Amino acid sequence: MADIFRVEIITPDRIFYEGEARFIEFTTAAGEIGVYANHIPMTTVLAPGIVTIHHGEEETVAAVHAGFAEILGDKVTLLAEVAEWPDEIDVNRAEAAKDRAEERIANKTTDIDVARAEFALRKALIRIDLAGYR
Amino acid sequence: MASMRDIKRRKNSVTSTQQITKAMKLVSTVKLQKARTRAEKTNPYTEQMYKTVSSMMRKSGNIIHPYLTAGESERKAVIVITSNRGLAGGYNSNVVKLITNGEFKKEDLDIYALGSKGHDMLARRGYHIAENRSDIMDDPTYTDASNLCRRVLDSFAKGEVGEIYLAYTHFKNTVTHIPTLVKLLPVDTTGMEEVEEDNVMMNFEPTTEEALDMIIPKYVTSLFYGALVEAVASENGARMQAMDSATSNADEIISDLTLKFNRARQGAITQELTEIIAGANAIN
Repeated sequence: MADIFRVEIITPDRIFYEGEARFIEFTTAAGEIGVYANHIPMTTVLAPGIVTIHHGEEETVAAVHAGFAEILGDKVTLLAEVAEWPDEIDVNRAEAAKDRAEERIANKTTDIDVARAEFALRKALIRIDLAGYR
Repeated sequence: MASMRDIKRRKNSVTSTQQITKAMKLVSTVKLQKARTRAEKTNPYTEQMYKTVSSMMRKSGNIIHPYLTAGESERKAVIVITSNRGLAGGYNSNVVKLITNGEFKKEDLDIYALGSKGHDMLARRGYHIAENRSDIMDDPTYTDASNLCRRVLDSFAKGEVGEIYLAYTHFKNTVTHIPTLVKLLPVDTTGMEEVEEDNVMMNFEPTTEEALDMIIPKYVTSLFYGALVEAVASENGARMQAMDSATSNADEIISDLTLKFNRARQGAITQELTEIIAGANAIN
C-alpha cells in the first residue's frame, strides 16, 4: 500500500526502531512536523522531543534528543544521538535533573552554563512527559 | 651444563608465566567478543551518517562552508586512540608510528591523546599534548566522544588549528587490525561523488548552511565514536594474538627445558654409576 512507509530510528549504540508506519510526528529545530508517505525529500535537524509513530489504530512513542532526520518518499530515517522508550526512563532521575537545571538557570553565572542548563531542562521535561505514556 | 636444580627452577617460572598469559588470552577473548558486538551495533549509525553526509555533499554542490575548507592555521589537531594497557604486541607503537613517520611536522601538532600508552610515547618524543583523556578508554561512551569532539571542533572554529586528523586502529576482523589515519576536517569529499544511486532533490531545513552546521559536527563525532569502539575491539584482538603467541612460545621453551632436564638427570645417574663402579674397582 502506498500510504505506508518505512521508519528507522538509529542511535550510535543500536538500531532503536525499525518498522512501518502510516504517520510519524516529531520535533525539529523549526518546530513540530508530521510526515505521511510520499513526503518531499528533506533533511532536517531534530530538537529534543517526543516521536510518535502511528500504525493505524496503535501508536508507538519514544523520546529522542539531538540528531537529524532524513525524509524520503517511502522511508524516514532518524539518526538520533540518544533515544529512549517510555519504560527505560527513570522518572526520579529526570525529576532530579529538572530541579538541578532549574536551579542553575535561576542563579546563572555565565552564558554557556545557561544554554546547557536549558538544554538539560528540556531533556528532563521530555523524559517526564514521556514517562506519562507508560 | 646447567644443574638439574637450575633447569627445574627455570621451568617452573616459565610454567607460571604461561598460566598468566593463558589467563590473559582468555580474558581478552571475552572482552573482544563484547567489543566486537558493540562495534557491529555502531556500524549502521556510522554508515547511515556517511550516506547522508555524502548525499548532502553531492546535492549541495559547490557550497562554501568553513567545515569544508581547510583553516589558515598551519597547526593540525590529531586525535590519537591507543590503549591504557600494554602487552598487546605492536598495537600501540603502530598507531604512534603513523604520526612520527608521517608527513607531520612535530611543531605543528596538537595531540589529543586517548590511551596512556600513546600519550606517554608521544610526550616522551616531545610532541605537544593539548589534552589527555585516557580515562575515556576504560569505557567509551557516545557522550565522552561528543564532549571531546566539541572541544576539538571549537579550536577548529576559532582557527587555532587548520585541519583535524584521527589516528586509530581499524578493526577489519579478529586477526587483522589496520592502523589508520583519517582526516576528519575539512570533510574529505573525495570518493563521495562515486555513489550516484538516487537523483532526488533533497531539501534542507532550516537552510543548507545551517543544516551543515549542525550535521557536520555530528558526522565527525560519529566517525570518532565509531573509531573509538573499533579501537577497543582491535586492542583486545591484538592482545589476544600477542598472548596466544606468548603461550605457544612458553610451550616451546618448556618442552626444550624438559628435554634438557631429562638429559641432565641421565647425565647425573651415569656419573653416579661411574663413580660407584670406579670405587668398587679400587677396593678390589
